[in-house]
Formats: sequence, C-alpha cells, structure tokens
Amino acid sequence: MKKRIILRFKRNTVDKPIVYRLVKDYDLIFNILRANFSPRADSMLVMEIEGMDENFEKGIEYLKSWNIDIEPIEQDINRNDSRCVHCGVCASVCAPDALYIDRKTMKVEFDYERCVACELCVKVCPVNAMNVFFD
Amino acid sequence: MKTIEEINEKIKNGKVVVVTAEEMIEITKEKGTKKASEYVDVVTTGTFGPMCSSGMFMNVGHSKPRIKIGGGKCYLNDVPAYCGLAAVDIYIGATATPDDDPRNTVYPGAFKYGGGHVIEDFVSGKNLTLVATAYGTDCYPRKKIETYINKDNVNEAYLFNPRNDYQNYNVAVNLSNRVIHTYMGVLKPHLNSANYCSAGQLSPLLKDPKYKTIGIGTRLFLGGGVGYVAWYGTQHNPVVPRSPDGIPRAGAGTLAVIGDAKKMNGNFLKGASFIGYGATIFVGIGVPIPVVDEEMAYLTSRGDEEYWAQVVDYGNDYPERIPRSLGEVNYAQLKSGVITVSGKEVPAFPISSYSKAVEICHILKDWISSGEFFLTNPVEPLPGIDSGIKMNTLDERTLEGIYNERK
Repeated sequence: MKKRIILRFKRNTVDKPIVYRLVKDYDLIFNILRANFSPRADSMLVMEIEGMDENFEKGIEYLKSWNIDIEPIEQDINRNDSRCVHCGVCASVCAPDALYIDRKTMKVEFDYERCVACELCVKVCPVNAMNVFFD
Repeated sequence: MKTIEEINEKIKNGKVVVVTAEEMIEITKEKGTKKASEYVDVVTTGTFGPMCSSGMFMNVGHSKPRIKIGGGKCYLNDVPAYCGLAAVDIYIGATATPDDDPRNTVYPGAFKYGGGHVIEDFVSGKNLTLVATAYGTDCYPRKKIETYINKDNVNEAYLFNPRNDYQNYNVAVNLSNRVIHTYMGVLKPHLNSANYCSAGQLSPLLKDPKYKTIGIGTRLFLGGGVGYVAWYGTQHNPVVPRSPDGIPRAGAGTLAVIGDAKKMNGNFLKGASFIGYGATIFVGIGVPIPVVDEEMAYLTSRGDEEYWAQVVDYGNDYPERIPRSLGEVNYAQLKSGVITVSGKEVPAFPISSYSKAVEICHILKDWISSGEFFLTNPVEPLPGIDSGIKMNTLDERTLEGIYNERK
C-alpha cells in the first residue's frame, strides 16, 4: 500500500522521533514531500508512506496514538471545477505531472497521487481555481 | 456557390446543415471538398484565450444631484475605470489594476484582481462598488459618489475589445537562464518549456485565412452572448508569411469586437491573473463561417497539422524586439505535448483552452440549427493580404530629430 498523507502535529509532539518509529517498528518506507515545523506552533508534514497493508494500518494507528491528525492529500488540495477553464498554465509548471493535459480531450486532469503539494499551481493559475489549505 | 441569403433561408426553414470545425475536418475527409461544400452550409469555429485588449463601456445613469464623472476619477471595485468621456460614460479595461496593487514591486506580482475580474463579476450579475470624484460644475454640482451598480441598474453595458481573436500566435520559449513570467505564462529557462496560445484547427480566422467571409459587421458569439466585428483589430497585420493556400504562419489578422455585455456570462468571460505579468481576461469567441463554395470547404476543413506557428524566445528576443524565429511547428505537434526546437525536444503546453473552444463551436452550432442566430454579409471586408499594411514601431524621437527630418 502506498499513500500520500498530511500529518498535523500539536506543539508537544514535534520533538518525538515519529518517522524513525514508522521505519523501525512498522517497516514502512517514507518519503517526506513537504514539512513545516515550528516548536512554537502546530506543525505539518506531507509524506508518502509505503508498506504492507497490515503494517500501514498499524503505522497509522501509531501516529494517531500521538494525537497526530491525518488527512489524505486530496482533502487539502483541490481544484474549483467551476472556475477551471482548462487552459493548461498549471500543467506547464507542475514538475511531478500531477496536473497534466489529456492530449485527446485537451482537458487538464489532476492526479492527487502524484501531487507533492508544492503549491506552484496555486500561484500560476490565471483564474484562481487551485486551492491549497495547508497552514 | 451559395449566398448568405440562401443559407439564412435554410436557417429559417430549419434545413440548415451546421457542423463544428472538428466535424468539418472528418466530413471532408470522407466526402471530399466538393461534396462537403454542397452538403455543409455553416462551419462553427471557436477560441477561448486570454485577450488583454478587451474592455467594457458602461453608462451608469445620472445621480441626483448630478455628477460629471467625465473628466474626473472613477473606480469599480477599487479598479480604476477610464472616464475621459461624457458625464456618466466609463470604460473599464481588462488590464487595469487597483492603485494600491503592489504590481511587480514584489516580483513576481500576483495581480489577483483587475479590470477583467470586474467585467466577469459584472456579467455574472454581481454588485460592483462605484466610487467617483469630480470637480463640480453648475450643471453637475456633485463632487463625490459612492454606490453599487450592477447589470440591472446601469443603462448600456457593452464589451468593446480593440484586439481579439488573433489569427495565429507565437509559440513562446525561454532561452535565458532564469524562469520568466510572461503573458504566455511561466517559461522555464534553457528552452525547457514551450507555451502556445491558439485553438489551432478551431480558431475562427485560421478557418477563413484570407478574410473571405469574416469582415466588418460579421455577427458572432462573444462572451456567451452575441457580438459583432466592429472593425479590424489593432495590429491587424495580414502581410505575413503564408502557406500556398493562404494560411498565415504567424500572428496576422485580428478583430475588434463589440457586443451587449448584459447578455454575456462568466463562463465565457473569465477574469485572469498572469503571475508577474498582470491582470487580463479570458474571452470566448466563436464565428460562423458560411461554406459558400468549394474553397471555403477546403479552408474550413484543414487540420492542426496544416497550421504552423513560429517559435519565439521570450527571454531576450521578444523583449528586445528582435524579429527572430527559432523555427516552425504545427498545432498537431504542439497538441501532442512535445515539439522539437533547435534539435531539442521541448514539452509544449497551451494557455488557451481547446476544450472551451470546442464548447463554443457546439453552442454556436445549436444557436444556428435552432434558428436563433443568422449569418451576415460583411459590411466591409477586413484589410487583406494585398493591403500593403506594415506594422509601425514606437521610436524615441527628439525635437532635434524632427527638425532634421523636415530639412
């Protein structure tokens, strides 16, 4: 199982070696895509986690035991389909090709699974259709 | 040969055969141009892209006591409108930005709200704040007004876009060593991305490349409503390199268009922000092309692989006005997502919406098929290939130089 998730930490969890435990105790492969840590405020980590289904579940349980909020990535990045005009500007800057053009329909498609939450699309979208709710 | 009058008669009788530009390509492949010209009466075309030279005239009505906004200052949702006209006539241009917008002082600027957004909000039926100041006269004593206007309480509101619907356009690349923010989008350095802006095989003026049927007065789809060609657009430049059949291989023709903004909608007029460049508006335009003869059947049925565009460096050549092309590519190559420039494979992305252009072709087709929309003969043709038009440049002249020119 492989999934991109957003972890939100309370201030008092920041000093715990949580990612180390995920690897050591649950045999999970992790890839940190984005991190925003502060000892004075709540922190955020965007991670891809991969491993056996069973371990994955246990790992998530472990994270939850530390009072960490876990959200799927698509919950925090979304496209306002009523504003999107399928111009293609976002696709031209999207490095992981999460936003890409279906060359048959010439429509812009969004594959959440490839998104690394860099937010470049939010900055370049001419019609303000991309929303990211990270703090 | 068919006349516009004959086609309109068929529209009236519900017997007209209207197809979209995409459909026309297929029909002609099947039937050949001769049969296609007999079978098809109208081909609908469309384009939906950022078009900076757009704006809206409005007459906001008279307040009590009266105010002469003309010659004063006026803001719509904090965006300045032009008011060097009569008392209550104003014009809001798509690229206008609020006085307190930081613009590019913190590069690249975001340009989150500008004239294009005001126009979108207006046609969507929203209330806009109107703030105007004036100097006061005997007949227009008032000096300040703050109120809300919308499409129901203003008098006339019409789009008047001095340059829309470019016949063809550059493919933008960046040969410099840094990311640049342009009206063609964000361009990666060292020739690592290419952006283009045309609906290619759907684009109105590409389907009538020699301006045989599209002229001044032509009725068209504009911003979700009905509009007209008011004049040839600014920078209309028919004298460019062309294929043997007359299809331009560079920018070429443009249209100035006009239409009732109150009947338009936000699906086809979308305020836009180009990071580091400015505010603008996406405009949807569709033009019906009458298949008056076999030549028009041929021209309306060309596919993307027959439309060529020039690749231009926006890192240095474009800003420095160096007229250099890095090569030619066609729209089939551009749509495939990869073009070859100077021997290098470069990813290609559109900045105008092909899918919206398709939508416009279909809407216009429905309007005509259902007898709501009739075709027009041009009042005057657009300046053509033989017009001898030459684009002028803006040179820095001095008084001394002008004096010497006279001698």
